[in-house]
Amino acid sequence: MMAGGMTNSADGGIVCVGASAGGLAALELLLAALNDDFALPLVIVQHRGRTAGDGLCEYLQKYSRRPLDEPEDKEEIAPGRVYLAPRDYHLLIERDGFALSTGALINFARPSIDALFESAADCYGAGVVGVVLTGANHDGARGLARIKECGGRVIVQDPASAASPSMPTAALAAIATGGGVDHVLPLSGIAPLLSQLARRLSKGASYGM
Amino acid sequence: MSASQPQSVQLEDIEIQLLLEAVFLYYGFDFRDYSQASLKRRILERVRAEGVQTVSAFQDRVLHEEACLQRLLLALSIQVTSMFRDPSFYQTFRRQVVPLLRTYPTVRIWHAGCSTGEEVYSMAILLQEENLYHKCRVYATDMSADVLRKAREGIFTLSAMQEYTANYLRAGGTREFSDYYTAHYDHVIFQPSLRANAVFSEHNLVTDGSFNEFHVILCRNVMIYFNKALQQRVHKLIYESLVMFGIFGIGNKESLRFTPFEDGYDALDQHDRLYRKVR
Repeated sequence: MMAGGMTNSADGGIVCVGASAGGLAALELLLAALNDDFALPLVIVQHRGRTAGDGLCEYLQKYSRRPLDEPEDKEEIAPGRVYLAPRDYHLLIERDGFALSTGALINFARPSIDALFESAADCYGAGVVGVVLTGANHDGARGLARIKECGGRVIVQDPASAASPSMPTAALAAIATGGGVDHVLPLSGIAPLLSQLARRLSKGASYGM
Repeated sequence: MSASQPQSVQLEDIEIQLLLEAVFLYYGFDFRDYSQASLKRRILERVRAEGVQTVSAFQDRVLHEEACLQRLLLALSIQVTSMFRDPSFYQTFRRQVVPLLRTYPTVRIWHAGCSTGEEVYSMAILLQEENLYHKCRVYATDMSADVLRKAREGIFTLSAMQEYTANYLRAGGTREFSDYYTAHYDHVIFQPSLRANAVFSEHNLVTDGSFNEFHVILCRNVMIYFNKALQQRVHKLIYESLVMFGIFGIGNKESLRFTPFEDGYDALDQHDRLYRKVR
């Protein structure tokens, strides 16, 4: 039996970011622009090779203003920290922390953005901020729609400014029927918005303001 | 604002809990302490595949049609894996563990949760190349009889061989990878010598106890599917099944931290997650 109740529900906010082709450059900018007191957990799936080395984490750490790491299985999700999905695992969100999976490729990817987004939506509901950045496939589209369905906020990088527009375009299409995107922005607008939302969510204020 | 699950998700979680309870009460398979997020994904995939609308409707079918249960069990026990996954693990095993194993007259190895056997064949290849296999007794266990059957056969898809060859070479392989299998149309069969000293048998890490003492226990990317409470119990089982100075290997993003037996081990290689029981 799950301790503490029947559901896998978590309080608070969480920011989930998905990126694929072109994502490295985008993440460099995004991470460098977060404010120093960014108070939510920020979880990133950057599509990456299964056998690639461990260098991506070290690389992004140089740009990130908040501490950045790859989580271990069942590691707790701490506010103000940045987490990067490790290679060749799906990174899932649970009430008590991260959970890793070596399940089948999803949208030809492992880690998959959909897997992160869907589990975050399930768990944090309206507390999720989902962000889709540049990429060349459709991973994240379904997940972003799920975040929207569960009351979270959805942000898509403006395809016109994205190195690879097809992933943000697919994401926009997927949420169009569910009420549409909350924000379409060039990269430069996303970090300030995230900082703003993080301030609101961590103070427990309502989205409506 | 209190961030919370939509009601529909809360209901779904309740239905899943009831399903797991039903499967346990009626069939005796205990998935109640599996890690929630991946379990839910797999169950919902099954619900869609069965063409029913709700988890409750799925539970009805599971309870009244045993074939439906078998399909669920298979879905919950299939792990996606590859041969020589994390080649540096095998490099480190060669460098750090093999010398220790040479000191034993017999070496007992347990692949706990061996799935379709990729790790078993990988390790057998490594041990043969190190001229150790002849004195090894390998126990490969999994909770699913279907999955074990596949592991015993040693048949994999031809299309996977390119990736496996690359992994094998990165893992320090000293021969032609293709020497280890024979190709037939779209699949390959690994040499029988690679399972000559192996016993494949059913064992459920959730419900079954210790059955031997081992010099090496590999449980890589198996416990990620368990919640923390179950992980603690399995760690106890593994610790009690290891000889003193025995070697324990886990997946490269798993951890011994915050487990009750953390202090029982020294890290042989922290990066590749190989530990030695010292207490």
